Amino acid sequence: MTAKLILSLDGALIQEYFLSKERMTIGRKAHNDIVIDNLAVSSEHAAVITILHDSFLEDLNSTNGLTVNGVSAQKHFLQNNDVIEIGKYQLRYMNDQVSHTNAADFEKTMIMRAPVLPVQPPADRPGDTGVFNAADLQANKPVATPNAETSLSKPVLPAAAPLAPPVVARAAIQVLNGPNAGKELDLVKGLTTLGKPGVQVAVLTRRPHGFFITHVEGANFPSVNGQVMDGKPLQLKDHDLIELAGVKMEFYLKG
Amino acid sequence: MKLEDALEIVAQTHSGMVRAHNEDSIGTDAACGLVVLADGMGGYNAGEVASGIAVSVMVTEVAAPLKQSSPIQRDEVSGEELAITLLNNSIHRANASIYQAAQSQAQYAGMGTTVVAALFYDNRVATGHVGDSRLYRLRGESLELITRDHSLLQEQIDSGVISIEQARHSQNRNLVTRAVGIDAEVMPEVHVHEVLPGDIYLLCSDGLNDMVEDDDIQSIVYAMQGNLALAAEQLIQTANDNGGRDNVSVILVKVKQTFAQPRSYLARLLNWLKK
Repeated sequence: MTAKLILSLDGALIQEYFLSKERMTIGRKAHNDIVIDNLAVSSEHAAVITILHDSFLEDLNSTNGLTVNGVSAQKHFLQNNDVIEIGKYQLRYMNDQVSHTNAADFEKTMIMRAPVLPVQPPADRPGDTGVFNAADLQANKPVATPNAETSLSKPVLPAAAPLAPPVVARAAIQVLNGPNAGKELDLVKGLTTLGKPGVQVAVLTRRPHGFFITHVEGANFPSVNGQVMDGKPLQLKDHDLIELAGVKMEFYLKG
Repeated sequence: MKLEDALEIVAQTHSGMVRAHNEDSIGTDAACGLVVLADGMGGYNAGEVASGIAVSVMVTEVAAPLKQSSPIQRDEVSGEELAITLLNNSIHRANASIYQAAQSQAQYAGMGTTVVAALFYDNRVATGHVGDSRLYRLRGESLELITRDHSLLQEQIDSGVISIEQARHSQNRNLVTRAVGIDAEVMPEVHVHEVLPGDIYLLCSDGLNDMVEDDDIQSIVYAMQGNLALAAEQLIQTANDNGGRDNVSVILVKVKQTFAQPRSYLARLLNWLKK
């Protein structure tokens, strides 16, 4: 679903507008994309610029201004459920898309405050700036600033997509011989060590696409189904037979 | 014991799964026991340029004087040991170089970089850092963070505004409060720590510690300490498996033996007299 603005007056819904164009204008005159025919509204009052999943609201020097969530604003980075008020009219911004651009861009390491420089290089991608210009951001949206007292309690930036938990089948190994015969080891961690670090080690690693065994150190290389491994990781299949320093183990997937 | 024989050094960097550029730079000089890692920032390729300048300036500034002079001799100006002075100065030099480049060329305006560096000498390590690139130490089974990030998040934690648990989910983890090259001056944080044989030091960019929990870093480095190259590969792979949203760089340094600086008879005598 693309983002939309819902126009209402005194709680009564008037119309929905999908933000289908990159730039949509709001004003009293008929050529605007969103027309509000009321004298409190300037002929071209405001514009909404949408880039991918993000929308920005800009006041076009209107006579009476506008507010977002009750706070007067000149420029504003719209968040889901923001309410823009122009005169007595309300425009609710609805966007249930995760803001991809931001999630990624704010991963980037940035400097808190930009030096005053004559030229700022244009970003090579939208939002791909290297310098975090605190002053600009403050004007655009409530954001934490270096002086910690001001606005830290607010959730500031759109939530980055949480790490997807790796969808990997559960698996375990069972020892088949020796004193620990019958013992089962669930491979719940990202990395399970077989052997003793510093002496003889192989590791079982859980990756998004499966389980792997890797020889780390020691004279004994593990074998899988009778085949002695080389230094490279090997993906394990259900019921593979692992042998390491005389100990036989079976790898199996759990439903 | 020569430093080269006492230390095993492995360095790897990867652009990650999302970014087209690798803005991290790494540099090592085994002969003088120096490792440097930098995470650059800036539009176009300015991030790479900044981190690249930082690493090459620092390696040159530290390595060249150590070819003639002992790291433990006192510097006349600072009164500190030469190793500490060199490390400190090299960060200031890197800062000046990046700042000048940024001032003189429009496409580099505003570029900067984090750095973390470790200089091993005389059974100790001098560490210097600016920004949120980190140095961890694995001693025995426990992994300890040696550096404290110069980041908004760390400041928030320190001032008690947010808890460590909240910090885990915070969005401003990538805002650094100090960086090399954005200003005419820089404030490096330099410390000296004792080193024990068996220690493993890990320098990393935030692409690692943002994507991989400290516990997982510990289990990888601990389990794979016998094969450092594989450990480095595994750390990067885990960051990438978890999403790899940023460039990932790691430098691992394993201390195989002690490396006391040979002292002349006279120096020992003077040292003894000072006590």
